[in-house]
Amino acid sequence: MDNNKNSVIDQRVKEEYKYGFITEIESDTLAPGISEETIHFISKKKKEPSWLLEWRLKAYRKWLKMKEPDWQNVNYDKIDYQDISYYSAPKKKELKSLDELDPELLKTYNKLGIPLDEQKMMNGIAVDAVFDSVSVATTFREELKSHGVIFCSFSEAAIDYPEIVKKYLGSVIPYTDNYFACLNSAVFTDGSFVFIPKGVKCPMELSTYFRINEAKTGQFERTLIIAEENSSVSYLEGCTAPMRDENQLHAAVVELVALDNATIKYSTVQNWFPGNPKTGAGGIYNFVTKRGLCAGQNSRISWTQVETGSAVTWKYPSCILKGDDSVGEFYSVALTNNLQQADTGTKMIHIGKNTKSTIISKGISAGKGQQTYRGEVKIMKSADNARNFSQCDSILIGDRCGAHTFPYIDVRNQSATMEHEASTSKIGEDQLFYCNQRGIDTEDAVSMIVNGFCKEVFNELPMEFAMEATKLMEVSLEGSVG
Amino acid sequence: MLEINNLHVEVENKEILSGIDLKIKAGEMHAIMGLNGSGKSTLSNAITGRENYNVTKGDITFKDESILEMEPNERALAGIFMSFQYPTVIPGVNNTYFLRAAVNAKKKYRGEKEYDAATFLKFVKSKLKEVEMDAKYLKRAVNEGFSGGEKKRNEMLQLLCLEPELAIMDETDSGLDIDALKIISRGINKYKNNSRSFLVITHYQRLLKYIEPDVVHVLIDGKIVKSGGKELALELEEKGYSWLES
Ligand SMILES: Nc1ncnc2c1ncn2[C@@H]1O[C@H](COP(=O)(O)OP(=O)(O)OP(=O)(O)O)[C@@H](O)[C@H]1O
Ligand SMILES: [Mg+2]
Repeated sequence: MDNNKNSVIDQRVKEEYKYGFITEIESDTLAPGISEETIHFISKKKKEPSWLLEWRLKAYRKWLKMKEPDWQNVNYDKIDYQDISYYSAPKKKELKSLDELDPELLKTYNKLGIPLDEQKMMNGIAVDAVFDSVSVATTFREELKSHGVIFCSFSEAAIDYPEIVKKYLGSVIPYTDNYFACLNSAVFTDGSFVFIPKGVKCPMELSTYFRINEAKTGQFERTLIIAEENSSVSYLEGCTAPMRDENQLHAAVVELVALDNATIKYSTVQNWFPGNPKTGAGGIYNFVTKRGLCAGQNSRISWTQVETGSAVTWKYPSCILKGDDSVGEFYSVALTNNLQQADTGTKMIHIGKNTKSTIISKGISAGKGQQTYRGEVKIMKSADNARNFSQCDSILIGDRCGAHTFPYIDVRNQSATMEHEASTSKIGEDQLFYCNQRGIDTEDAVSMIVNGFCKEVFNELPMEFAMEATKLMEVSLEGSVG
Repeated sequence: MLEINNLHVEVENKEILSGIDLKIKAGEMHAIMGLNGSGKSTLSNAITGRENYNVTKGDITFKDESILEMEPNERALAGIFMSFQYPTVIPGVNNTYFLRAAVNAKKKYRGEKEYDAATFLKFVKSKLKEVEMDAKYLKRAVNEGFSGGEKKRNEMLQLLCLEPELAIMDETDSGLDIDALKIISRGINKYKNNSRSFLVITHYQRLLKYIEPDVVHVLIDGKIVKSGGKELALELEEKGYSWLES
């Protein structure tokens, strides 16, 4: 019976990655390779101010002296940085309105479930669509502007709002931070820029959809979100890429800054191509640096991530709790199936008094997937009455996968309250049987149980995306027991 | 309806059931009594096809067909239901959602139209009344934080929604207060008809005050050592099991 059950589930491996198609579109793609010239080229393409070019070059020179990190618990083939194209953009004319957008691009985003046409745009959700190295469209800009909210591509922001960009760029993640953040600082192409002025509650959800299309290109996007005093915003990013046999690098940097009483909620639904489920060929290397600074009193930054894609994931969305009474949150669901690997978690650095952090991490490993939770909670001397609650649960499906947990705790102020809970369990035979006995087949039972396991995190997602996440888990779990 | 012939079952290479014969006709109610560890739950698990309960000899037929090769969910869809001795908790899965998935699996199997959320809610609320359960239990996760008695009532609710032809009640009466016991018994009596059968596992004669089994079996060390009418239960209550042990 055991074998029987496994073979039923194995059949589902054949289900394909739904977003694996390629868009046939003419692109300006830079020949592979990285040098100072590459950086000059990108900066010129984007008509950037000279200070930004200088900043990029400083980062590049630093990067040349850095060593690729190898402490993370993942294995992957060495990346040849001279074999990556650092810039690719669909050829385009100047757009007056979204209706002039290339029909191929419109079709692409429709297929991804993100209509960009004015009539079909999602209600109450503004979208920035980033295709390879450039932002191709941003919806609802005018309406947002009437509230004082700036939502545009990073490239535009560098030209239109240089003062704000200059003030905050690299203020949370300096270009020296780590190898991939440094590389990003040198060659980043596009991403989203969000500015919420004092006292404004952003009237709609903001979201960015990242799409890698061209072969052999890397995507190095950069996102910067600033919430001024007493403002709030909820932002979501989604990611997909075509199925290709070679690995592609995605090394993004996201910086968040929350001033007094500001709230930023940042959600990610990451579904990059995970590679061939059998051979492991191809797939995205997702090496991302995300950090939020709770600069002001009583500010709040909340990271929610659903990570189901990518061949290798390496990311730790973190919070620096500098303002007194500030709050940092990290809610994560990470799934590794087949040959996927993920080393993910968070850092919470408590500096201000009465700062509070919550970490809820749910890891699901299936197939031969390998997953590591790595989390650090640091209570600095100045952080009187800091509190942290951490809960890290892992669930294993089948017996060829693995889950590993590395919590680091560094407490330098004795008034801190720390709570840590952790569990690792196999998906319960008793739960599966209970479902089976009620007539529910094993595949449906597995996705039901796993979705239940992730509920606490899904509840943190904006409504529309919670549904999407549930569906995504179902697809990603296919072929999971074996 | 259910026919078990010379059934031998091993768990972890240890024989637990050693030659069970049992025949339950449509519309009949059978009760099984026996000491802890005698193999009652093992028999239920073998009938419902649970993993690691290996049938080494003998056969089980349901509606004249052997079910040994059928997956657990196929047996359930064919009409076999088990009320669990220890119902399982499924954290984060909404009770109504779970119940609808189960009922719809059955509807799909029968080629009937599946319930949407709204019509299902109406359907399940009518069943709630029969077990005198509060609607708030529908909003909670499956069995999570349910008291022992609440879990058993939830099992009964599932039974009523799924409408099985054979219901195995593994100690559904254990841990119930008198009111709950009466409600469950009433449910069973109301549900039972000419085409629906019950296999009731119990330790207590008190349950048999409220329901009327046609046959009572005594299971000792993996064998049915005696079968009789309702009066056998009374005799067991008085004398215990030692007089039956060889
Ligand atoms: N999954 C299992 N793994 C190991 N041993 C088992 C398993 N299931 C049953 N057994 C063993 O089989 C024997 C019969 O157990 P079973 O649960 O069928 O008893 P029971 O008659 O239902 O008892 P009770 O009245 O206590 O519920 C016991 O010795 C038990 O330990
Ligand atoms: Mg038992």
